[in-house]
Amino acid sequence: MAARVHEEVLDNGLRVLIQEVHTAPLASVWCWYRVGSKDEAPGLTGVSHWVEHMNFKGTTNIPRDKVKGIIEQFGGYWNGYTWIDQTTYTETATRDALDRMLFIEAERMASCLYDPADCESERTVIISELQGGENDPDTLLDQELTAAAFKAHPYRHPTIGWLSDLETMTRADLYAHYRRFYVPNNATLVIVGDVETSDAMRRVVQHFAGIAPGEVVRRAVTREPAQLGERRVTISREGTTAYLKLACHAPAVGDADFFAMLVLDAVLTGAKGVNLWASFRTPPPQRSARLYRALVNTGLASSVVGGLVPTAEPFLYTISCTATAGTPLARLEEAALAELEAVRRDGVTPAERDKAVHQLRARLVFENDSMTNIAHQLGYFETIASWRLVPSLLERIEAVTLEQVAAAAAERLKPPNWTIGWFEPLPVSS
Amino acid sequence: MTAATGTGLAPVRSVLDNGAVVIAKRSTTTPAVTIHASVAAGTVFDPVDRTGLAHFVSRTIDRGTRTRPADAIAEELDGRGVSLTANINRHALSLVCTCLVEDLDPILGVLADIVMHPAFPEQEVATRRGEIVTLIRQDEDNPAAMAAEGLLADLYGPAHGYGRRPRGSVESVETIDRAALERFHAARFAPGSLSLVMVGDIEPAAAIDAAGAALAGWRAPAPPPPGLAEAPPRSGRRLRVIEMMNKAQADIAYGFTSIRRADPAFYAYWLMNNILGQYSLGGRLGDSIRERQGMAYYVFSALDANVIAGPMMVRAGVSPANVDRAVASIDEELAKLAAEGPTETEVAESKQYLIGSMPRNLETNIGIAGFLQTAEFFGLGLDYDLRVPALLRAVTRDEVHEAARRTLVPAHAAVVVAGPYAGPSSGLPPPLV
Repeated sequence: MAARVHEEVLDNGLRVLIQEVHTAPLASVWCWYRVGSKDEAPGLTGVSHWVEHMNFKGTTNIPRDKVKGIIEQFGGYWNGYTWIDQTTYTETATRDALDRMLFIEAERMASCLYDPADCESERTVIISELQGGENDPDTLLDQELTAAAFKAHPYRHPTIGWLSDLETMTRADLYAHYRRFYVPNNATLVIVGDVETSDAMRRVVQHFAGIAPGEVVRRAVTREPAQLGERRVTISREGTTAYLKLACHAPAVGDADFFAMLVLDAVLTGAKGVNLWASFRTPPPQRSARLYRALVNTGLASSVVGGLVPTAEPFLYTISCTATAGTPLARLEEAALAELEAVRRDGVTPAERDKAVHQLRARLVFENDSMTNIAHQLGYFETIASWRLVPSLLERIEAVTLEQVAAAAAERLKPPNWTIGWFEPLPVSS
Repeated sequence: MTAATGTGLAPVRSVLDNGAVVIAKRSTTTPAVTIHASVAAGTVFDPVDRTGLAHFVSRTIDRGTRTRPADAIAEELDGRGVSLTANINRHALSLVCTCLVEDLDPILGVLADIVMHPAFPEQEVATRRGEIVTLIRQDEDNPAAMAAEGLLADLYGPAHGYGRRPRGSVESVETIDRAALERFHAARFAPGSLSLVMVGDIEPAAAIDAAGAALAGWRAPAPPPPGLAEAPPRSGRRLRVIEMMNKAQADIAYGFTSIRRADPAFYAYWLMNNILGQYSLGGRLGDSIRERQGMAYYVFSALDANVIAGPMMVRAGVSPANVDRAVASIDEELAKLAAEGPTETEVAESKQYLIGSMPRNLETNIGIAGFLQTAEFFGLGLDYDLRVPALLRAVTRDEVHEAARRTLVPAHAAVVVAGPYAGPSSGLPPPLV
């Protein structure tokens, strides 16, 4: 895991990370921007995500009708995502596509078109995406819970944005956001694959060195004040299934107790790993985890999922449960809080800590299985903190002591820190 | 033991004395191994009066064996960071996990015990029944799941092995008890219905020996193949609306029966599907419905050529106001591809993409394991990865056109819409033929 990473910063501020991996004739390119939904002002929620969509719709040198197939010609895959701290774009294809991938990312950084008709057409696509999410009660509850848990910090609004902003935002809003944040000094370019570093670097310079830097003016972000008391959200809507979510304020990746929380989460719900791109594809090993035994093996819940993701600023640790048919949410909540109170009071056992560390070690190995995943990790961590965290993840996890886990549990899981969400299904009329 | 030649995956395949197939492939990307065990025990083997039985087995098979209580299995897996997933499809029940190389032998031991000697403890059966009922209730609140299940029922009939709900109904699941699970296991689980694939940083011969040791002593006659009726003949255009007025978006499932996987036209169909609803962002359908008309966040087509003629589906999620327009656009795109066929450029581009994407699809252990299981199930051979490019290159534009002409007939489509939609507005033009 301690593979060599070449790091170089161009004169225009673009940070470039290259790691050679020669296990398959492939290369993965990711271009990361330090802009996400936390950088959005009221009235413009969802603009980062909408801009991401627009950045697939043609550039000065890639006409709209040539976008389709531009990477598929190389058997390639492309995608992008936007979240609270970041927007990123990726291509993975055969190694001979490296130049093409770099060309696409350079064009995306500097020369997207924002055709007014495309902006309008994409408005309805994004509203459709939002409505698709709302079809899922779990997603709806998550959105409400997050909004309730933060009263000041912009992590409170969903990445997709609020509907009224999506209905009113203009092409000028989108383009201004694009021009403000899509500059080389706000970006990290990651290349992992069957490449030769000096050759790849030469190509990077050729494509990106001519792009001018910009001044990235960030608006002031209010730090979330300490939560003084429990908060609650109850959604009562037609549905078939009840859901419970418990969220507490979590450490940012740079905070002292982040890795202790990671171990604590593994003890409570099984180790997920720390790769947002890969972790959700494989369920955690959780049959012997505390909350699984207390909630699922007792028949109160059909699933329990813990969520702790590395973020630039303190986000949430969320425990999501699906109640089994007929189980009252109050009973499920009582059982979950009893287990959390026990760990807050008594900490975890040495055997639990050791098992959690071993699970996390295994997950780090499993998630390093593709160039796409390796490249994702370098860029993700560079965008929220530093890529240098990646090779030190195992060491940091192994260094977590029982006392640190107990201290994190005592501090983070205390009652005033919780926001509790219920989705209570009402009988379906249709 | 047989090994493929050439420079492709070159897996090693062995048939054990008891008839079980074991396939091993070395890959040194990570110090880990993916184990993929597949048993011919999918939902097509559900008794008609007990739908959901195979799925129920998949949820309980790893919850205790004759000698290992559920807690002991949980500790053995969790302690090594292993999460075992049990998946079910029409024909197979699969157990898949990834472990560190150092843990291969003990994990193979647990996995073999689960496959050979599950105990289905009463308490576990009761607890997992509650979970399954909850899953079924969640499906019933999910327009995408309701549309897809509705379409399969309409294409094959609700009693057919391809038309039944894979998880069964709340009522059918309530009738499944420990005895039914044991009967299903006894009838379907045998060495002759098992194929075990291992991919990772292993020495293939040693891994095959380890699997042989784990499965030693297992003897049972090979179960019969499914008594599966052919897909019903096509009928006229059908539209079914599943009203879910509490939802924000409507899901469309639109489809036909297609072909068998063994049909020589499979590669033409594969290309046809890629052109219609896969290439880049959803092929021609994506161009029309998402890119040009901005109607949907997702639209794609999917081909499932299978043991019998499997379904070919178009799926889309749209605002309720756009359902009629989206269905009309699907009709239009399908009719156009059937009438005119694809362009030479489209065929060339899709071939290039499908061939070029193979190294990417075969990059990870789990990707390789899935590919080798599919090749084993359909009898495609150990060198299938090397043969795919030539099989695709040999397809002509006319053959792709013929596939489209034979299948994409809107007048024969079954259409299911689930969501906040009450039915077509008046004045809707009739479906194109």
